[in-house]
Amino acid sequence: MRKLALPSLAGVILLVYPLMVRNRFFLHLSVMVLLYALLGVSWNLLGGYTGQISFGHAAFFGTGAYTSTLLLLRFGISPWLGMLVGAVLALLLSLPLGWLTFRLRGPYFALSTLAFAEIVRVIVYNWDTLTGGGDGLNISTDLGGVVRFYYIILALTVAALLVAGACVRSRWGYFLNAIREDEDAAEALGVPATRMKVIVLAISAFFVAIGGSFFASYQLYINPDLVYESQISIQMIVVTIVGGIGTLEGPVVGALIIVPLSEYFRSLSPVANPLIYGLFIVVFMLFLPQGIVSGVQRLLTRRTAAVADQHVSASV
Amino acid sequence: MSLLQVAGLTCRFGGLVAVNRFDFAVESGEIVGLIGPNGAGKTTVFSLLTGFLRPDGGHIVFDGTPLAGMAPHEICLRGMVRTFQNLKPFPRLTIRENVMVGAMARTAERKLSTRYADEALELMGLADMANRMPNELPIGHLKMLEMAKALATLPRLLLLDEPYAGLTPSEGAQLGDLLQQIRKKGVTICLIEHVMRFVMAVCDRVVVLHHGEKIAEGNPTAVASDPMVIKAYLGRAYAGS
Repeated sequence: MRKLALPSLAGVILLVYPLMVRNRFFLHLSVMVLLYALLGVSWNLLGGYTGQISFGHAAFFGTGAYTSTLLLLRFGISPWLGMLVGAVLALLLSLPLGWLTFRLRGPYFALSTLAFAEIVRVIVYNWDTLTGGGDGLNISTDLGGVVRFYYIILALTVAALLVAGACVRSRWGYFLNAIREDEDAAEALGVPATRMKVIVLAISAFFVAIGGSFFASYQLYINPDLVYESQISIQMIVVTIVGGIGTLEGPVVGALIIVPLSEYFRSLSPVANPLIYGLFIVVFMLFLPQGIVSGVQRLLTRRTAAVADQHVSASV
Repeated sequence: MSLLQVAGLTCRFGGLVAVNRFDFAVESGEIVGLIGPNGAGKTTVFSLLTGFLRPDGGHIVFDGTPLAGMAPHEICLRGMVRTFQNLKPFPRLTIRENVMVGAMARTAERKLSTRYADEALELMGLADMANRMPNELPIGHLKMLEMAKALATLPRLLLLDEPYAGLTPSEGAQLGDLLQQIRKKGVTICLIEHVMRFVMAVCDRVVVLHHGEKIAEGNPTAVASDPMVIKAYLGRAYAGS
């Protein structure tokens, strides 16, 4: 029962939050926090649990954004249906990338994700008859207020968490961990490493595209620099690492800290923002390299260990 | 029919012929030793058998099925599993979780896989430390862990790459008994080892590899006195005496 107490409390707070807080900026901030939590959770499944670092997840984000927006603008298809189409498209896009690069060991996957995202961005940029090129795409339909979007992204993020949780608690959890720790040893013990990596990349791409599609419908305007930008890929990584890579809650905690902070730094000084932000991350990495969740866990176990030691010495 | 039948196995690295037309068979229930000087190609043979390297020629038939083109995990699930010469624990998993990986690959049913893992831990004497992390264990136990991980996949043929090296004398003495117990459970064993005393004590049969070629084969005592083998290990001067 105690195990369920914290999540249910958090659930109630998250549900009533928009009814209590009327401030539009705080609501917007919450939407962005939840969006980056979704992206971080998706990235973490591949990067944290499986150890396959992607620097190019913006490719899937942008694909989700463009697919649902184009379906809406060209064919009048609801963006919520388009979101699903975009996610499937991103999943299909991830398959050749994974199939080609996951056979190689070492940094090849990480490097090719960089190139991959750039290729997709350049294609979208130049295919202006379809995508509107650098001018971007405008959605003039009213898709609802910020409270509605808050509940939608809350549901999507919870869905991503449930799927990621189901993955890592099943036998896949053992496989992914083993692949991250030592791929040869995992293969030798019967783990289909390449297939598992391709599947996890596909799941990860699927949910990131959902995030991209949501972002487009929420912002009502997209262009290649906005949704295919490397900053998007980087932010997913930062959120995950700060929160705790390879933990389920990590990216959520990371988003809760990083998204408001980067907003705050941006409001301080638009020019110095990247500098301050970068410094913050360096300092963070120096003092909490395992991320907040693992750091807190270690602190707690150390304290319980200390208490146990006291008991032992007291009884002696 | 033999459990494992290898014919004409060949592997080249550039100009170097690491394994040359190697013929080899393992019968069900045997403990076979694969010996030879450093660089003879023993580990390469293991890597070829388990799909980590693609042979340049030859056939491998395991349990009646040709293994050509199969990935390591497929070969493992068919019942042939290897350990590595350099230890490969999963450092951030507990001992039990380490062993669970292979058991989970064998069956999706958690009840069964937990049983396989527990049996392997018990057999290798690791049950007491199942919740510890690998870095808390001494080398001897880590070597047992490697074998437990492999056993949890329920192999029919276990390939051990230098299981004796690095053990203390008392651990080494236990290893012989352990291998007999593993054999009693119906697992055939093929091992690479340098320590001749150990090989002579536990192996029913040995195969000697030198420069990638088989130079001798037979019961351990006969092979140890074979002039060809002595020459390969110690040089020509000792072969005549």
